[in-house]
Amino acid sequence: MADLSCNVGGIKSPNPFWLASAPPTDKLYNVERAFRAGWGGVVWKTLGIDPPIVNVSSRYGAVHYNGQRMMGFNNVELITDRPLEVNLQEIKQVKKDWPDRAVVVSLMVPCNEKDWKYIINKIVDTGCDGVELNFGCPHGMSERGMGAAVGQVPEYVEMVTRWVKESTDLPCLVKLTPNVTDIRKVAHAAKAGGGDGVALINTVNSIVSVDLDQMAPEPTIDGKGSHGGYCGPAVKPIALHMVTEISKDPETQHLPISAIGGISNWRDAAEFIALGASGVQVCTAAMHYGFKIVDDMIDGLNNWMDEKGYATLEDFRRMAVPNVTEWQYLNLKYDIKARIDESTCIHCGLCHISCEDGSHQAIREIKANGQRSFEVIDEECVGCNLCMFACPVPDCITMERVDSGTEYQNWTTHPNNPMRVEDN
Amino acid sequence: MTTIDVRAGRLSQEQLALNFTDAHPALLTGNALVEANRCYFCYDAPCVDACPTSIDIPNFIRKISTGNLKGSARDILSQNIMGGMCARVCPTETLCEGACVRETQDHQPVRIGELQRYATDSFMESGETIFERAESSGKKIAVVGGGPAGLSCAHRLAVLGHQVVIFEARDKLSGLNEYGIAAYKTVNDFAQREVDFILEIGGIETRTNQRLGQDVKLDDLRQQFDAVFLSVGLGDVNSLGLESEDIAGVYDAVETIAELRQSGNLAELSVGRRVIVIGGGSTAIDIAVQSKKLGAEDVTLAYRRGPEQMSATWKEQEFAQTNGVQVKHWLAPKSLQSENGHVSGIEFECTTLNPQGKLTATGELRNMEADVVFKAIGQTLVNTLDAAAEMPETEAGKIAVNAEYETSLAGVWAGGDCISSGEDLTVHAVEHGKQAAIAINRKLS
Repeated sequence: MADLSCNVGGIKSPNPFWLASAPPTDKLYNVERAFRAGWGGVVWKTLGIDPPIVNVSSRYGAVHYNGQRMMGFNNVELITDRPLEVNLQEIKQVKKDWPDRAVVVSLMVPCNEKDWKYIINKIVDTGCDGVELNFGCPHGMSERGMGAAVGQVPEYVEMVTRWVKESTDLPCLVKLTPNVTDIRKVAHAAKAGGGDGVALINTVNSIVSVDLDQMAPEPTIDGKGSHGGYCGPAVKPIALHMVTEISKDPETQHLPISAIGGISNWRDAAEFIALGASGVQVCTAAMHYGFKIVDDMIDGLNNWMDEKGYATLEDFRRMAVPNVTEWQYLNLKYDIKARIDESTCIHCGLCHISCEDGSHQAIREIKANGQRSFEVIDEECVGCNLCMFACPVPDCITMERVDSGTEYQNWTTHPNNPMRVEDN
Repeated sequence: MTTIDVRAGRLSQEQLALNFTDAHPALLTGNALVEANRCYFCYDAPCVDACPTSIDIPNFIRKISTGNLKGSARDILSQNIMGGMCARVCPTETLCEGACVRETQDHQPVRIGELQRYATDSFMESGETIFERAESSGKKIAVVGGGPAGLSCAHRLAVLGHQVVIFEARDKLSGLNEYGIAAYKTVNDFAQREVDFILEIGGIETRTNQRLGQDVKLDDLRQQFDAVFLSVGLGDVNSLGLESEDIAGVYDAVETIAELRQSGNLAELSVGRRVIVIGGGSTAIDIAVQSKKLGAEDVTLAYRRGPEQMSATWKEQEFAQTNGVQVKHWLAPKSLQSENGHVSGIEFECTTLNPQGKLTATGELRNMEADVVFKAIGQTLVNTLDAAAEMPETEAGKIAVNAEYETSLAGVWAGGDCISSGEDLTVHAVEHGKQAAIAINRKLS
């Protein structure tokens, strides 16, 4: 059995699976059940200053794709709508009952020193393991000068982080909004302000769909809608990229990362850890299927680590980071061709038509004796992978390496590059 | 020896109602979407090749998945105006679904028939129309026989701007859809609703109770109309070739099915306690299952060859078996037994294939008691054309046609079961009618 324990900027938990700040973590009742199910930690739904905010009815929107429900998900819900004191008491109780689990408190207050110091003083008494500064929420709060309104300005991020670090010794994670041009600038600011780590990504600005009868965005609230925060499996690629940007940046490469964004299973988590995350946070998958999914997350990660011989998360953390390079360094001599396994081919023709209409006209359809088959034209095949992805039969189309495997040339030295550096 | 037991009302009205509901209920929207999304949208799809009417199946399924039900129905109905009925009665397991690449992949083909029904039912319920008639051609065409081939031909001719008169021998149009298939395949009077839907196009006059050779003559039609399309079906039932085949208790399956379909009260229909059906096609399956559903205790379907040779598909055989019909192979009827002039059983001779692959009797005998025996061993053309001065040529007892569905007589086309192509499904008849209409239109314009 591998050791799954994790440490994110000084916040420790028995496994890397935390529930992100959201409805599943908004009260004692939920968090208790989550811990019983096995979650390693929670980030309590964001606290603010009383009086509590109010929410609208009809809060979530969803993207279903080809029968898969909630591939993408968005919300126009705000921070906690419960009185501060109630939350504080419940956090204290949970931490007392579950001392080994990470209980992190998410915070969002107006952008002034007085309010931030006030809320920090309020939460230290709960015994929580750390704080997460919610600079990411893209809707509702940002219009009031909070959430993403702060997170999009590196100077504000640094300033608020500093206020917090001046007020408490608790580990402090800065949650980042993806709604910026360069995530690294905000990560630099979080580090400069003294943050112990970053958590990303928060939700992406989005309108998930338009109700064509009401002519209004969804979710529709009495005929109107608003942009909301997009999350779920659809945003994972964006999150992987942003996490990598921070992992690769010389200034932030050692800054602990709590990765968030479409994580639904142990594989997703392993990918984020391989790209530098110390732990992960999950929300949409738990909202879709319930807390029980953590069972496979723990079990699956454990089995995979055992199989690979990784004893701890640190054994494979950042392992994929060195292999993320810039396009100009990719080997232009590497050459692959599509190979179709005729024995498993079901003759749907999708490889042919996708290549014919969508790529390089490199798969021909052959009809003989009432049977049809598909043949790769090697001279035309550029090794783009499209046919392999379009093919509905697992492993029917594979890509075979056909170059010698010994040559290397990248764009920086290529004759076609007007700015090439001459080889010596 | 037991006494003959044939009587009505073996089951309660409630049980009968339950037994004769839709054997394959319609897909609900949620299920239809899941099923539609299973389609791979194949290029040059094998299912389209397998459809006798060449419906663009991947396209109509994709339109279901996007909520474009009108477009979906148009794709179906423009190729096959009886897409609704075909969705219910086609042996899809040997046609589109048999060719589905997901059948090849994991023996779970996309349920194309059910999706087709979903699209066509939704459209027909909407009351919208998709067909418009071309400008009037001034030509008049007689269609003899208002079954699937005749209706399909008439509809396409009407769309093309011609005037059509359908001469139908029976009370109602729709042919075997109305009189010849099991009730649980087409509930809620679907056959007649489909006829109404087809006739909505306009330009089609229908004259019922007009039997060719009796009430209407081919010679006259050829003189009065610019073209004639014969779709008279097959009116006669093959006989077993046994002695005293006309004794009480021995019935033609098609006649009984028609009676059942036209019955207002299933509890009034007599059914034997022990029923034997002779035959191996869809009609044999339909009468066997319906007998069981009417309350027969033992229903045996006896066929002289093996399961692979039955023209009923494996799915139909399975359907009969799961409905309590016992299917027995390699049994040829040798003689009918009777009691006081009523059939009481059959003596069968066991059969086998000899080394040359020819069916031969083994000499072994089997006796089976029966209160009712149904003959379902195929139909033949009634020679109602005899009254005509000039006769269309025939081939193997059916009307011979060329690739354009034209008979040997000038101005006379034919399609459906009565022609010699050897295919006998509704979907084939619809295709014949459609192609003949296109050929007639080409000839007349």
